[in-house]
Amino acid sequence: MEILMSILIGFLFMAAVYLILSRSLLRIIIGTGLLSHGTHLLLLTMGGLGGKSAPVLADGITDYADPLPQALILTAIVISFGVTAFSLVLAYRAYKVVGTDNMDLMKGNEDND
Amino acid sequence: MINLLLFPVLIPFLFAAVLLLFPKKVKAQRIVTMIGLLFALASSFVLLYKVKVDGVQALTLGSWAPPFGITMVSDMFSAMLVTSSLLIAFFVVWYSFSSIGEAREKAFYYPAILFMLTGVNGAFTTGDIFNMFVFFEVLLMSSYVLIVLGGEKVQLKESIKYIIVNIVSSSLFVITVGYLYSVVGTLNMADISVKLAEIGPSGIVTVIAVLFLIVFGIKGGIFPLFFWLPGSYAAPPIPVIALFGALLTKVGVYAIMRTYTLFFTTDVGYTHTLLMILSILTIVVGCIGALAYFDVKQIIIYNIVIAVGVILFGASVMNESGMMGSVFYLIHDILIKGALFLLIGIIIKITGTSDLRKMGGLMKRYPMLGWVYLVVAFGLAGIPPLSGFIGKLLIVQGGFEGDLLWQSIFILASSLIVLLSVIRIFIYAFWGEEKGEHLISDKKYRHLLAPAITLATITVLYGVGAEYLVPFMGDATNVLLDPSLYIDAVFEGVK
Repeated sequence: MEILMSILIGFLFMAAVYLILSRSLLRIIIGTGLLSHGTHLLLLTMGGLGGKSAPVLADGITDYADPLPQALILTAIVISFGVTAFSLVLAYRAYKVVGTDNMDLMKGNEDND
Repeated sequence: MINLLLFPVLIPFLFAAVLLLFPKKVKAQRIVTMIGLLFALASSFVLLYKVKVDGVQALTLGSWAPPFGITMVSDMFSAMLVTSSLLIAFFVVWYSFSSIGEAREKAFYYPAILFMLTGVNGAFTTGDIFNMFVFFEVLLMSSYVLIVLGGEKVQLKESIKYIIVNIVSSSLFVITVGYLYSVVGTLNMADISVKLAEIGPSGIVTVIAVLFLIVFGIKGGIFPLFFWLPGSYAAPPIPVIALFGALLTKVGVYAIMRTYTLFFTTDVGYTHTLLMILSILTIVVGCIGALAYFDVKQIIIYNIVIAVGVILFGASVMNESGMMGSVFYLIHDILIKGALFLLIGIIIKITGTSDLRKMGGLMKRYPMLGWVYLVVAFGLAGIPPLSGFIGKLLIVQGGFEGDLLWQSIFILASSLIVLLSVIRIFIYAFWGEEKGEHLISDKKYRHLLAPAITLATITVLYGVGAEYLVPFMGDATNVLLDPSLYIDAVFEGVK
């Protein structure tokens, strides 16, 4: 199971890198979204996919999934959610002010616009 | 006072939360920010004294036994960094009063600074690797706000790049933590150190060490990963650049020094040689950049890159003089980069441009600014009684002791280029005929100069009083070179 997950995560990273290297700003943000999905799945996989039961204490169950990676993922999800929301609004503002979403045209300072 | 080491983290946080309530009252914002910083500074000095007297302070939150709860650790190294970050923030905020403009002050400028300090001080103090990630995000999120605040065209363009680079490096951080967790099964830094020592030299640990170097190298701006830094740092207003240049890259440098002295000590031949080579290359590109530009901001920004290389070279040698030199130079660099940015901020305010070729003859009307700038420039280059000298001396001495002859000579040569780059600013801006009109009133000039001169005085005292600081630096170096002091402090009374 871990092998399968690793391959899937590898594909997510591949797609994320491809999108981040593209020119359009929105594609880049979609790329960062895929990157954080891959990261979170990787945390889950690296903690081990063993354990039969969800980490909630109950009578008669001894084999729980590792609760720590789940807490880490939950933290990382809300953080990346906040950052993604910020970067989306920033992309919107930049599109309004600069007038383009093409990263190639977002070079230089005020002098050589 | 067992919670003492949390105060420098919590006080800026609480004051920032209070400041959110009345964004439009600029006077109140200023006063409350200053009070908060003074309280935090006082607590950090008490902490410094406490660490000096009682040794490394460790606190595991919520009364959990150490590897299971989040541990905060304050050794001399982190206590000194916390103190200097609060000090620099104090002067930057003071400078901001007459520099940043009311529009930005009304748009949550001061809360963003205080939240950033929470993140910086937390990252310096934490003893848990995932908690360090969270504090990194706290400081990065506030730095996103600070870099884009004002919404000018150039800020919008550059902040997009800054944010994307940092999103990628944060993802890499989480990935690396995931790998490390699957190898050692713990997140507590002291516990990781113990477990990695048990595992011994192993391929995967070296891979993780290099991944950490990449992650923190992006934050710190080391050689192949510094590409985002010159553009992004030139975009925001001067007080923000001063804060970024003094603090943000240093957090990355601190994290590299911490992980490479605490975790990855089993395969030093590979990892630390890599760090050494990269730090030398960092100095090379920094020197090239510092000489290439006629823009005062870019010159100082590339000097940040050079300093990062020098500090990491000292750390990569792993002997007592080299490490002590790095600690000395790190604190010196935080203070002096802050002072330099505040001073060139005044030059830019006076002339209305950051292009050296359009300036000239400032010495006649602003002699005080000129001489203070010259002293700070000499301090940066490391002229003996001033602050940059002792750190670089120890780093070079450590290099010679570690049989790194050419690299050490190279560090000395880079000082010349640093001196040349900052003296060029002095010659172009202060000598020659007066050019252009002066865009600043005398009253505002005095208001801007006061914090810059005070900070410059502190850097001079730091150099002149180096002898009094040696015991503190010695304590910091001992903990870095002997991780068992750190580990014992964390596990005190448990094992």
